[in-house]
Amino acid sequence: MSRQFIHVTYIRTTPEKLWEALIRPEFTRRYWVESWQDCEWKVGAPWRMLGPDGEVKDAGEVLEYDPPRRLVLSWRNEFIPEAKAEGYSRCTYELEPAGDAVKLTLTHEFQTENSRLYQGVSGGWPLILASLKSLLETGDALEATKRWPENV
Amino acid sequence: MSMDDVFKALADESRRTLLDRLHARNGQTLGDLCEGLAMSRQAVTKHLAILEAANLVATRRQGREKLHFLNPVPINDIAERWIGKFERDRLAALSDLKRQLESDDHE
Repeated sequence: MSRQFIHVTYIRTTPEKLWEALIRPEFTRRYWVESWQDCEWKVGAPWRMLGPDGEVKDAGEVLEYDPPRRLVLSWRNEFIPEAKAEGYSRCTYELEPAGDAVKLTLTHEFQTENSRLYQGVSGGWPLILASLKSLLETGDALEATKRWPENV
Repeated sequence: MSMDDVFKALADESRRTLLDRLHARNGQTLGDLCEGLAMSRQAVTKHLAILEAANLVATRRQGREKLHFLNPVPINDIAERWIGKFERDRLAALSDLKRQLESDDHE
């Protein structure tokens, strides 16, 4: 079984706006179930994803930072013990202009087969990406991503 | 690419089979995908190009190999268009039930 997945979406916006939407709390809170990232955004800086309750959900480090083209993070889940035990995954965002849109390629690579984190995020990413697209193209995120899910 | 491209790409049994295979095991080479299929390598190449143009398949070079990945984003977009915000959980439950009832062997 593969240890990575690739999700690609085309968003009618500019690379600069998409970049801001990927990192700034005022955007991510709207399309990423109220989560936000705490980070200095430079190579080597610690990275944390916080939930609406202020709890650290995921953490890692900025491995590459090249705005508005490429962002690579090491990423470990912090709130599901089995997922945390797997250690760090690697998440890469690539932004490329494509006509009047931007092609966003998200690659998430995992160290272990049958990763618990893989199972957790592989279903979540398409929804988050759809909501990000909706927010940038229509000004409103998808309803399903506006609140942290109750069962998580 | 448009939603038309996605539906056209999906309107073919062979292409759905290729997506099924990637769903079962993501990140395969052309050779992996051809294995055990009653389709020529050429036909598989052509179908993969159509799937990639519709953004249903994403590819990545790894060394000398080109790996193919199922990209679920356009299918999710279709679902978002017609599935309401409160229906998602009920539909997932129904779909789980159907899968359980219909499978002879279960995990």
